[in-house]
Amino acid sequence: MTDTPLPQDAPLPEKDPSRLSLWWQSDFMYTFKRSPVAVVSFTVFALIVLAAIFAPLIAPYNPFDPGSLNLMNGFSAPMTPNAFTGETFWLGTDDQGRDVFSTILYGMRISLFVGAAAVLFAMVLGITLGLLAGYVGGWTETIIMRVADVQLTFPAILVAMLIFGVAKGITPVEYRDQMAIWVLIIAIGLSDWVQFARVVRGATLVEKNKEYVQAARLIGRTSPAIMLRHILPNVLSPVLVIATISLALAIIAEATLSFLGVGAPPTQPSLGTLIRIGQGFLFSGEWWILLFPAVTLLVLALSVNLLGDWLRDALNPRLR
Amino acid sequence: MLAYIIQRIAQSFLVLLVVGAVAFSMFRFVGDPIDNMLGQERTQADIERLRTQLGLDQPFPVQYVKFLAGAVQGNFGVSYRQGRPVSQILVERAPATLELAAVSGFLAISIGIGLGVFTAIRRDGFTANAIMSLSLIGVSLPTFLIGILLIYLFSVELGWLPSFGRGDTVRIGWWTTGFLTESGLKALILPSITLGLYQMTLIMRLVRSEMLEVLRQDYIRFARARGLRDRAVNFRHALKNTLVPVITVTGLQLGSIIAFAIITETVFQWPGVGLLFINAIQFVDIPVMAAYLMLISVMFVGINLIVDLLYFSIDPRLRADRTGGH
Amino acid sequence: MTKPILSIRDLTVEIPTRYGILRPVDGVSYDIAPGEILGVVGESGAGKSMAGNAVIGLLSPPAHISKGEIHVNGTRIDNLKGDAMRKLRGKQIGMVFQDPLTSLNPLLRIGDQLTETILAHLDVTRDQAQQRAIAALEEVGIPGARERVNSYPHEFSGGMRQRVVIALALCAEPSLIIADEPTTALDVSVQAQIIALLKQLCRTRDTAVMLITHDMGVIAEAADRVAVMYAGKLVELGPVRDVLTKPSHPYTDGLMGSTPLASRGKARLHQIPGAMPRLDNLPTGCAFHPRCPYSTDKCAADPAPTLQDGGGAAACFFPLPHKAKVA
Repeated sequence: MTDTPLPQDAPLPEKDPSRLSLWWQSDFMYTFKRSPVAVVSFTVFALIVLAAIFAPLIAPYNPFDPGSLNLMNGFSAPMTPNAFTGETFWLGTDDQGRDVFSTILYGMRISLFVGAAAVLFAMVLGITLGLLAGYVGGWTETIIMRVADVQLTFPAILVAMLIFGVAKGITPVEYRDQMAIWVLIIAIGLSDWVQFARVVRGATLVEKNKEYVQAARLIGRTSPAIMLRHILPNVLSPVLVIATISLALAIIAEATLSFLGVGAPPTQPSLGTLIRIGQGFLFSGEWWILLFPAVTLLVLALSVNLLGDWLRDALNPRLR
Repeated sequence: MLAYIIQRIAQSFLVLLVVGAVAFSMFRFVGDPIDNMLGQERTQADIERLRTQLGLDQPFPVQYVKFLAGAVQGNFGVSYRQGRPVSQILVERAPATLELAAVSGFLAISIGIGLGVFTAIRRDGFTANAIMSLSLIGVSLPTFLIGILLIYLFSVELGWLPSFGRGDTVRIGWWTTGFLTESGLKALILPSITLGLYQMTLIMRLVRSEMLEVLRQDYIRFARARGLRDRAVNFRHALKNTLVPVITVTGLQLGSIIAFAIITETVFQWPGVGLLFINAIQFVDIPVMAAYLMLISVMFVGINLIVDLLYFSIDPRLRADRTGGH
Repeated sequence: MTKPILSIRDLTVEIPTRYGILRPVDGVSYDIAPGEILGVVGESGAGKSMAGNAVIGLLSPPAHISKGEIHVNGTRIDNLKGDAMRKLRGKQIGMVFQDPLTSLNPLLRIGDQLTETILAHLDVTRDQAQQRAIAALEEVGIPGARERVNSYPHEFSGGMRQRVVIALALCAEPSLIIADEPTTALDVSVQAQIIALLKQLCRTRDTAVMLITHDMGVIAEAADRVAVMYAGKLVELGPVRDVLTKPSHPYTDGLMGSTPLASRGKARLHQIPGAMPRLDNLPTGCAFHPRCPYSTDKCAADPAPTLQDGGGAAACFFPLPHKAKVA
């Protein structure tokens, strides 16, 4: 028989690893660290987000302060001193003398803000409706799901365009520019809630029949309390995967809508708006007004998509 | 089987009615049609006359039905912006969009399926990986950005291809075609690549992932265990099983080509219904918006229906289930 | 002694993973003679299916054969690649999988699946292949073969489907059949029919059969000899009567004790305590020693002896029956 070691000979127990180091060593982070694509795209995306957040500190000029603009600065080429004022701008200026580098920084802000806010809105709306549909069932569920089905027949961007167009028609002309950003957020959010609702409804249906829900009901918890405190935390994980991909899609949707002229206005331009403006100057030779915002959007879209792609594969249980 | 078909058609009708209601509401409640159509110098009498003429004094449901009746006959009212009947404008602009969509769709399907099968079979090859990486770009980048960059490269820098418009077109009956002129064909190249690229990469990645999934199935292993050649396994067994689910998604995607044409047409100033729609939104030209909405719905709902029925007829298992098989 | 159809020597399959190298098949050796049915038995994960996959050359990467040799009809095959290996499959080695529902392509008629296999290996015309296909279906007992040959897989019941699968495996007339859990997915009543069919077909054609299963009842019913596998290793090999009634390895003894057999008349089913270890967590010495009622220090320290080929030997330092009780 093998001997059990005596107590005084037993090795000291190792300190429990901290939760952070557990997470750092987990399979998930292992896949992350081994994938150059994931690391690079995450770094790039993080840089862009930081640049956008700290734009007021980084940007050499505030392009939206009319007082600081000098029309004579207009059409400067990148890194060459302006013929009239002698000032040099890293990435050149546009037709109104705005520094392209600064406008890009502020544009990124708007692009990211609208994208994130839209996804948040879609999530809240979708999760709420999904929970209701799954938990309450009956007519509520039928109506919500039918509406979802009808909406799904159409591409999201078309829905967003339509909502924007209708909202524009309703808003009095003088408020249109100001409201544009908010309308944009609502439009993109409304076009995107369905996938969240569906997933949450499915998960709710599963959770609804589990014992902890029945137990909660027995002790007299109200329905909203049950939905929020008990069911919700358990249906969140697939939602997070969808959310990351939604973010990528929302950013692109915003850029597209702004480019088409049914999005962020020139007074509060996002990267899409800047590209739209830039296209007008392509053939007259001022290529920088288009190219730099375009490249920025390219980098942003790529990094956020690659990251989302990788995340989806990493969290997909079937591929392990 | 008949029951299923009838059920699907009924569903489709319901959707169309709902969309019709939405379009109609837009018509009635967004902006004031009277306001839009008459100039500043209007008298009360003018307003009353137009009101009766447009039937705006009648009860809501009556107006709705009349709207639908008109829509079915192709009468969508008069454009606020151009002052012409909407149906006339649509007929004029439709060929441009349809030709563009057809060429893009053809490119997307043929290249998409071809590359999808290739990258699935040669899974670990260098070319396959390179193609997959490039395809990520096709999926990640917004369509308009691809269009802009193509214009920058091929029109501005290289000067090979035109950057806007359809080129010279030839009129045949009520249709105008760009296929018959050199400038027409040249003008089609960049826009159709732009429009088709997203669909193409989507189809390619779908075919690839479906095929990889199919290739993992037991019946493929069994086919290999029986010593069948790779070509037989890949094309006779795997491809057929791959294409069945692909068809459904592809069909739906093709419908959205017409919708996404909006973006491409804007980038290239292509005179189709997409550009018309965008301009309509910018000018709040409600009749055009409503008309476009209705037409697009009919198209989408119709495509969904056809694809569903097609799927049904291809997969023998579904047929058996419905007829109460063995 | 007639030449064996299948001969594997010291076969080892390795899978490199993040946690180290796993060996689902470790130093396994056995032969199968023409017309003989060798049962390969063990718990799930013991490596029996892997060995079968290795023989027919369908290991999924990164699993690969790292050591040992496989000979079929005298020719070495473990070092064959690509097309050379493909030609063997179906023609010399046939395989039957567990689930008849997923083994058949749902979109192709079974007649087409049969004829394509026949045409791939035998030099016959289309019509001749069609005739052969119908004959194959008749042979496995499908009624109305002439009409059913144009049916789709989903139009058959589970048992019928497995017959079709057997017909497919045999239609190119291989000399070895690897049957991987052929009855596990079937109803008990159908299991007996399929086993009987397999036995009868292989006797008449002198086909060697590797019958892989975890079900001792199937082994008792069908096999001539039995190979017992545990954690990748072969622990016992011998004629079925001997192994089942007088097992030499403690694990086999435990298995037999936990099988309800009418002859044993025990009041309670014996259960081997613990579970088979995971391949990345193998114990030192003999892989079975933590669960063995007779294990000693030697069993924990030294790796168990390998099996001598022949018959009746067990991979154990202290094979049963024990003359005296060991502490």
